[in-house]
Amino acid sequence: MTQRPMKSFVELYQVSLRYGEDGDGTLALQDTTLHVDKGEFVAVVGPSGCGKSTLMKVVTGLWPATAGGVIVNGREVDGPLSITGMAFQNPTLLPWRTTFDNVMLPLEIAQPHAAKLRRERAMYEAKVSDLLALVGLKGFEDKFPWQLSGGMQQRASICRAVIHDPSLLMLDEPFGALDMFTREELWLALQELWLARRPTVILVTHDLREAAFLADRVLVMSARPGRIVADRTVALPRPRALSMTYEPYAVGLVQELRDHISAAREAA
Amino acid sequence: MSEIVVPATAARPRRRLSRRKSFRRVLPWLVIAAIFLLWQAFVDGFRIESFVLPSPTAIFAAGWQWHGPILASAWQTFMETAIGFFFAIVVGLCAGIVIGSSSLIYDGFYPALVGFNTIPKVAVVPILIIWFGVGAIPAIITAFLLSFFPILVNVATGIATVEPELQDVLRALGASKWQMIRKVGLPRAMPYFFASLKVAITVAFVGSIIAETVGSNGGIGNLMLVASSRFEVPLAFAGLLVTGAMGIGMYAIAGVIEARMTGWATRSGMDLNTRS
Repeated sequence: MTQRPMKSFVELYQVSLRYGEDGDGTLALQDTTLHVDKGEFVAVVGPSGCGKSTLMKVVTGLWPATAGGVIVNGREVDGPLSITGMAFQNPTLLPWRTTFDNVMLPLEIAQPHAAKLRRERAMYEAKVSDLLALVGLKGFEDKFPWQLSGGMQQRASICRAVIHDPSLLMLDEPFGALDMFTREELWLALQELWLARRPTVILVTHDLREAAFLADRVLVMSARPGRIVADRTVALPRPRALSMTYEPYAVGLVQELRDHISAAREAA
Repeated sequence: MSEIVVPATAARPRRRLSRRKSFRRVLPWLVIAAIFLLWQAFVDGFRIESFVLPSPTAIFAAGWQWHGPILASAWQTFMETAIGFFFAIVVGLCAGIVIGSSSLIYDGFYPALVGFNTIPKVAVVPILIIWFGVGAIPAIITAFLLSFFPILVNVATGIATVEPELQDVLRALGASKWQMIRKVGLPRAMPYFFASLKVAITVAFVGSIIAETVGSNGGIGNLMLVASSRFEVPLAFAGLLVTGAMGIGMYAIAGVIEARMTGWATRSGMDLNTRS
C-alpha cells in the first residue's frame, strides 16, 4: 500500500473523510498523510474546527475513511481498534462508579484482561491502585466522580485510558477545560506515565506550549478540510521540566508553530 | 494537592441542616392533616349534606364500620395492581432496552406505541371483559396497559442518550453491543427507570380501579360503585382514601428503592455527608 518501510506504528496514506452518506457532507480531512513511530509521542495542533478530532476517529477506526488507507500496527484498519485507549476534554467517567471502579472498566471489557479478570482480580486491583497513586489520586479511590475536582476527574479519565496497557493512546484535548496550573500538573503526570509505559500517543491540542512540552513531534493541521502542513521535531531531553517551556528553544518553537497556524487560517 | 472537594460543613450549619431535614420528613403529614382539617371545617361550616360531600370524620366512621369489606376489596385491588405492575416492569424494561439500543427499532416502533398509548384504556375494558369475563384478569391487564408505557419510554430514553464520547471509549475497547448496554446503558437508565416507576405505580392503581368500576365483582372500584348506587357516599369516599393511601405507600417504597439504587444521580448535600 505504501512505499515507506513498515516500521511506523500508525500510518495514514492520503486519507480523506467526508461526513454524510451521499458524499455531500463536510469534507473534514483531505489527503492527510502522516506516520507515527512505535512509542512516539505526537501532538497535533491546528486552528479550531480543522478536523483534529476527526483524525482521531479515523485512526482508531471509529469512523471509516472515505478515501485512502489507514494502517495501524501493520494492519489495515477496518473497524474499531481494541488496542486503543482514549481520553477526551470531557472526562466521561461513569457517575455510578467510584474512581477505582471507573478505572477498572476497561479491564472488564478489553481482551485479554476481561477473560483473566476473575482469576487474577487481586493482581489487577493492585495495578489500578498503583496507577492511581502514580497520578496522585491515592486516597480518592472510593470517591465518586462528582466528589472530585475537574483536574482529578481528568486524571482518573487518563488512568482509564491507559489501565489496559493500550499500545495506542489517543488524547483529544484532555486538558482543554482545566485551568493552567492544573493543566501543568497533569502534563507532568502524563509525561511520567508515558515514560513508564511508552505507549504510542497521539495528542490533539489547542495549546502550543502543551504540544512543545509533551511531544516528540508536533504536526500542524490546516483549516478544514484538514491536511498536515508542518511537521516539527521537538529536540528537548526527557524527562522535561516545566521551566523548559520558557527557555528560548521552546519559545521559538511555539512561535514557529503559531506562524504556521496563522498561515493555515489565512489560507482557509 | 489543592484539589480537595468534599465541602467541609461547619458544625452550626450542619445542625440547622438536620433540623431542616426532620422538618422535611414531617412536612407531608402536616400537609395531609391540614387538608383534612380544612375539609372538615368546610363541610361543617357550610352544613354540606353527607351524601354530597361527607366530612373526613364521617368517612373514617364509615371506613371503620365497613372495615371488613373495605380491607377485602383493597386486598383484591392491591393484588391486581401489583401483578399488572410487575408485568409492566418486566415488559417495560425489556422493551425499553430493545427500543433504546437501536435507533432503527426506536424510529420504527415509537409511532405505533404512541398511538397505542393514546387509546383511552377505559374504552378497552369492555373488550377485555368480553375476552376474559368479569373478574380480576381485565383489571390486571388494564393496570398493565396503563403502567408499562411510562416505564418503556423512560428506559428507552436512558439507554438511547448515552454520550457519544463514552460510546467511543467503549467501542475502542472492543465492547459488544450487550456489554455497552450492561455496563453503561442500563445503569444510566436506572434513574429514569425509577422515576418512571413512581408514575407507573399510581397509574396502575387507576387502571385496576377503572376496570373494577366498569365490570368486576370485587375490588375497591366495585365497592365504590355499589356504595354510591346505595347513596353510601361516605363509604365510597372511604374507598377513595384507601386507594390513595395504597398509592402513597407504593410510591414511598419505589422512592426508597430509588434512593438506594441511584443515589449517585440525586447526589444532594445529604448524600455527600453520609458518604464521605
